[in-house]
Amino acid sequence: MPQPDAAQVKEDLLKAYPAKVARKRAKHMQINDTDQVPEIQANVRTVPGIITQRGCTYAGCKGVILGPTRDVLSITHGPIGCGYYSWLTRRNQTRPTSDTDDNFMTYCLSTDMQEEQIVFGGENNLRQAVREAFDVFHPKAIAIHATCPVGLIGDDIHKVAEQLSEELGINIFAFSCEGYRGVSQSAGHHIANNKIFQAVVSHEAPTQDVPVPQGPFKINLLGEYNIGGDAFVIEELFERMGVTLVSTFCGNSTYDSLAQARHAELNLVMCHRSINYQADMLETAYGIPWIKVNFIGAEQTAKALRKIAAFFNDQDLTRRTEEVIAQEMKAVEMARDDIASRCRGKKAMLFVGGSRAHHYQYLFEEIGMEVVAAGYEFAHRDDYEGRRVLPDIKIDADSRSIEDLHVDPAPDRRDPAEDSQAVDARLRAIDGQGLNDYEGMMPMMRSGTLSIDDVSHHETELLIERYHPDVICCGIKEKYAIQKHGVPSRQLHSYDYGGPYAAFKGAINFWKDLDMMVNAPVWSLVTPPWQRSSAPTLEAIMAIGGL
Amino acid sequence: MTLLRHTDAEVRERSALTINPAKTCQPIGAMYAALGLHRCLPHSHGSQGCCSYHRSQLTRHYKEPVFAATSSFTEGSSVFGGQANLLQAINTIFTVYDPDIIAVHTTCLSETIGDDVKQIVSKAIADGKVPDGKTVFHASTPSYQGSHVVGFASMVKAMVDTFAVPSETRGRSVNLIPGWVEPADMRELKRLAEVLGVPITLFPDTSGVLDAPMHGPATMFPSGGTTRDQLRGTGAALGSLGLGPSASAPATVALEQLCKVPGQVLELPLGLRATDRFIQAMQHLTGCRIPDAITEERGRLVDLMCDMQQYFYNRSVALWGDPDQLVSLTEFCLDLGLKPRYVITGTPGKTWEKRMQAAIAGRHEVRYQQGACADMFLLHQWIKQKPVDLLIGGTHGKYIARDEDIPLVRHGFPIIDRIGHQYFPTVGYRGAIRLAEQILNALMDRQDRLSPEESFELVM
Ligand code: SF4
Repeated sequence: MPQPDAAQVKEDLLKAYPAKVARKRAKHMQINDTDQVPEIQANVRTVPGIITQRGCTYAGCKGVILGPTRDVLSITHGPIGCGYYSWLTRRNQTRPTSDTDDNFMTYCLSTDMQEEQIVFGGENNLRQAVREAFDVFHPKAIAIHATCPVGLIGDDIHKVAEQLSEELGINIFAFSCEGYRGVSQSAGHHIANNKIFQAVVSHEAPTQDVPVPQGPFKINLLGEYNIGGDAFVIEELFERMGVTLVSTFCGNSTYDSLAQARHAELNLVMCHRSINYQADMLETAYGIPWIKVNFIGAEQTAKALRKIAAFFNDQDLTRRTEEVIAQEMKAVEMARDDIASRCRGKKAMLFVGGSRAHHYQYLFEEIGMEVVAAGYEFAHRDDYEGRRVLPDIKIDADSRSIEDLHVDPAPDRRDPAEDSQAVDARLRAIDGQGLNDYEGMMPMMRSGTLSIDDVSHHETELLIERYHPDVICCGIKEKYAIQKHGVPSRQLHSYDYGGPYAAFKGAINFWKDLDMMVNAPVWSLVTPPWQRSSAPTLEAIMAIGGL
Repeated sequence: MTLLRHTDAEVRERSALTINPAKTCQPIGAMYAALGLHRCLPHSHGSQGCCSYHRSQLTRHYKEPVFAATSSFTEGSSVFGGQANLLQAINTIFTVYDPDIIAVHTTCLSETIGDDVKQIVSKAIADGKVPDGKTVFHASTPSYQGSHVVGFASMVKAMVDTFAVPSETRGRSVNLIPGWVEPADMRELKRLAEVLGVPITLFPDTSGVLDAPMHGPATMFPSGGTTRDQLRGTGAALGSLGLGPSASAPATVALEQLCKVPGQVLELPLGLRATDRFIQAMQHLTGCRIPDAITEERGRLVDLMCDMQQYFYNRSVALWGDPDQLVSLTEFCLDLGLKPRYVITGTPGKTWEKRMQAAIAGRHEVRYQQGACADMFLLHQWIKQKPVDLLIGGTHGKYIARDEDIPLVRHGFPIIDRIGHQYFPTVGYRGAIRLAEQILNALMDRQDRLSPEESFELVM
């Protein structure tokens, strides 16, 4: 089937909107051009009434960033809903090291704010709730999260945190992540990054007994949340290579590991959108450089591992890295070639997240599937066009109140051991991205394909009609709407309860799932035989069964 | 290793902290109710996150598209109010998605700000943003009161307030207000009414919306849902039956007050006796004859209860969830010979205790609690003090089930780890048969798994 003309599709997508809305949405849709990456509008407010994929600041803060750390006790301050919905729904896996290790992830704690507190303030109640939580759980640290009404009624959650920190003798910190701040989850990531840096990472003495991690080649993995066990398969590769993982932000993480982050020599940034703030702050304060990596896709994983080895520039490490890659690639190649034979040439769309719409394109590419349209739910321009556009990004009124934390170099800030230009050149040779650099999604997309930011339900439907994609990757809210059209859909927030999808093993898992979906028998059974263009003859019906 | 490793048997006094709630917030109930209207788009007046959370949770439960729009509040709207957002939303929704109805519900944010949704909707109409023949209505659903059940009840009542037309004459039709039950339950209630020969208006009705078939081209608004004409006619009905006082009483009462439609509120027809009462209430109201088919359905259930009772006798149960479900389930469990030991709901409400007492009727000592801090953490602590043989409730209970090795029968909202529940009713006699079968299977599967080799049985 010939590809529809993207310019025409864009025009048609906008037709249904009121004129003012259409003008706004037009800026969120660009036709990709590898010669000249066009400018796209992102991280601005969604037009009210549009059926959007986006969530809120609280979801980005409590749900995404704080959710995966098993021994920081999160308390949601507000009415019951927010805490309830973010209770175990993100599939962050965790593996306590012993039977007695703290693990609070199965618990949902809320102040269940009532009308009386809306009127007279909820600080006393919050104070009481924190004390009660301490009595039951005796955690090392408590995180307080604000929901919508908290800012409006004027509760000073930071003051409460400070007071109780003193009273209870543990680290207690609060997040002003009310749902109306910013324009999406993204604001919550930023707020969470800031506070974690202040209260945990750069905290003078987070706890008395946080030891300095031991081992060679110390790294942090930033922006990996261990959905469906992704972090586990990555951790295993690090172990085999012989690099020391100090901390992950925040999949399978603990409070102490986050507090040790400053001791790493290198930061790997997986999801740039949600965690680049932390990477930059660690760089400024402690002189830890970061590199962009992507563990989604087998080739990408190999590149990521090679980049780590190239950074440390150690012969033994390089050898071990190549061994690991060679071992893993055998199974990868077998699965890839087999599945590609059934999937090559099929078309995919991805509308999801703040990095996944980019990362997962490699998995499709590796089995010869074509991505015809993609876009993020809550990313910024730099995630689309690359960090080179950062100086040109205008912060609008909706995002201005999200503080850009000013960080000073720490007294013990490390100087780079080696000429950073040489390191940079080694890294660039692998995937074009040097130190502290991210190229964004759009440069990798073929000319004539579409980038669409914050896609709406209406647009998704029309895209299905025009492109007849073979699969669409999205989130839970879109999945079943897409499948009703007879198009298989995979959730890339929850992996439809499968996974892991990261690294080599994850690539194989993903391809198998994809093969299962696009080639499933059910799609050919949707239309009843009596409604098909050529109804079967009695003879054909009786061919199965009969006497 | 245990998943809820910090839960112990010692119950410490809590007054401010909820741990593992047995309820959620009002708007999700309003959204579910509004989906039971034909060609209706629910609209969440607040931050995007609320709408996203509610849609996600309903989708996880139903595995169906759940459409709803949001006012997408930003910091500015939280300072200056959400009027501009709602006006623009109404315009956008009618232009792009073309529903017949927009059902607005509020959130804790718009309620705290004090947005006057009624006035904003009037302004939208005055400004010509609501096309002819379309309806925008709203329910106030502050999440800092009540629970999701209250939000559901308020939206159903708003349907009456908005649409019901008072009439001097009484027709033949009965208003049947089903409460927060599954699409399959709504379908089953319609079938029972048909067998009884009673014309009804069921509202809301999510059958055909949240169990819509897949057959080629999809439409945003499937064929199901109560129509506006049907709702208008509720004011001229013979009478109303509200099923489940917590979810259905406000609408039943509103019909009586606004349109003088005589109303009765029954417990949800879950289990034998609650279904008996439902059938009899239909008979009293309409004078219908109860056909043999119904008597036979009932008889099949009694027969099954008789066959099963030896396995149920004296087995103890813990239940959690929504107040209407819990009252009827408690009664049914007792009728099966089971012993409900603990019952928990996060939903507050004045009459629930009395209703529980009526269901228990002094047959057994049941520990039950509702409202603030009546949560699944407390329930688990009780279980640690004295265990039970069976758990009945939503998916969140699976963590207790695993830690304590107690079989779990999933019932109520939400069930987000299994597929298919939405197709099988648990109301009526047929529903009770399914429920009893599920309970027995859960108990017997465990027995099969744990029985020593010598007493592992072929025939049970
Ligand atoms: S902000 Fe309020 S209405 Fe929205 S999900 Fe949270 S508790 Fe519910």
